[in-house]
Amino acid sequence: MIDWSGYIGLIFEGAWVTVQLTLMGSALAVVVAFAAGLGRISRFMAVRALATTYIEFFRGTSIFVQLFWVYFVLPFAGITLTPLQVGVLALGLNVGAYGAEVVRGAVKAIGREQREACIALNLSRYQAMRHIILPQALPLMLPTFGNNAIELLKGTAVVSLISLTDMTFQAQVVRAQTGSTLIPFATILVLYFVMAWLISLGMRWLERRVTRGLDGVRA
Amino acid sequence: MPEPIIRIDNIVKRYGPLTVLDGLSMEVMPGEKLALIGPSGSGKTTILRILMTLETISDGFVQVDGDQLYHMKKAGSLVPADERHLHKMREKIGMVFQHFNLFPHKCVLDNVTLAPMLTKGVPRAAAEKRAMELLDMVGLADKAKSMPAQLSGGQKQRVAIARALALSPKIMLFDEVTSALDPELVEEVLNVMRKLAAETDMTMLLVTHEMGFAHDFADRVLFFDRGKIVEAGRPEDIFRHPKQERTQTFLRKIIAAGHRV
Repeated sequence: MIDWSGYIGLIFEGAWVTVQLTLMGSALAVVVAFAAGLGRISRFMAVRALATTYIEFFRGTSIFVQLFWVYFVLPFAGITLTPLQVGVLALGLNVGAYGAEVVRGAVKAIGREQREACIALNLSRYQAMRHIILPQALPLMLPTFGNNAIELLKGTAVVSLISLTDMTFQAQVVRAQTGSTLIPFATILVLYFVMAWLISLGMRWLERRVTRGLDGVRA
Repeated sequence: MPEPIIRIDNIVKRYGPLTVLDGLSMEVMPGEKLALIGPSGSGKTTILRILMTLETISDGFVQVDGDQLYHMKKAGSLVPADERHLHKMREKIGMVFQHFNLFPHKCVLDNVTLAPMLTKGVPRAAAEKRAMELLDMVGLADKAKSMPAQLSGGQKQRVAIARALALSPKIMLFDEVTSALDPELVEEVLNVMRKLAAETDMTMLLVTHEMGFAHDFADRVLFFDRGKIVEAGRPEDIFRHPKQERTQTFLRKIIAAGHRV
């Protein structure tokens, strides 16, 4: 008879790593999504080119390859990161590239009329973006951001490939040691689901908060 | 004889292959109330949009309150205006739009105080005091805390007028401000504008299809067709005794469509 409590404890340790990766990766993704998304609509060509290159590169190559580059190739350039840092960096940059397009789309969706009102009221471009465009664009971004965060959560499983002891990695360890496949993988199935569900709940709460007072403005 | 506050000199506006304004010149005197009428696509709204720097011009010069709008002096020669110059020039001009363009995520009071606080550094208390005076003038002091979505079209437009006035512009542009309103809401907006004309010496340019209002309100009426001023004059002359055939045709059509002159 296997004593499961120790093994389940192992999986929970992995779950904590997954949570950390998801939270920090998402935080990084949001920052780069705004930077690159606004960069793509900059009036400076160089900024647009840089943002577009970043987005196309990270959307166009697999997270798996990106992860290996950051972990195995960057050290040759003298940059050595811990596995957790590597995971956060690769996941954040990858998902941030998708998020950038969400930011750009939402900002573009705030119509010409609002921009013209800003010009007529003599707001600077920055003031218009900060006070008028972004506050209205944010509610449009949130549903897709929620999707992206869940994608990122599920993407964390690939970091087990660079020996980061996330939930999936630990499940494989438990499987190897106990010979049982059902119990470790059923456990992480439930845990992934619960985490994704918490993200959904959180995003729904956020959406309600930022759309408060906008009732009747949009369907 | 005072200097014109607006001097439009031979401007050309093209959208791709389409020429909207072709060498148009006009002047507006300080304090003048000017109505721009004419069929849609005749270029009258484009004039307002050019004055608000919402468009660029393809050629020509626009002078506002003694300074070039689209050009600035640099080392003795005129060069295209930069953002800073435009920013300085826009202080002189306010605009009210056909579709109000209120900020839907801000309450009425914040809509009015936002620009003075951000662009002129007015402290919140002073901006709110001024905003309440303006909202009172347009009859909406009790709606200060409402969101735009809770207002009727006429109320929204009155807020938009207060918002533009909060920056104390010398020139106000009204772009078909009643066209998007239900008929029973038109009068409340026109009343605010009458009051404004009576109480201030602001220069006002008005693009409108409300011929009756243009008749009572304006010192001078310009009839536009195909990017040109076909006829200009006092309202009673333009509306009662139009000289040009195109003006007569346009007014007949408008009357047939049920507009009062």
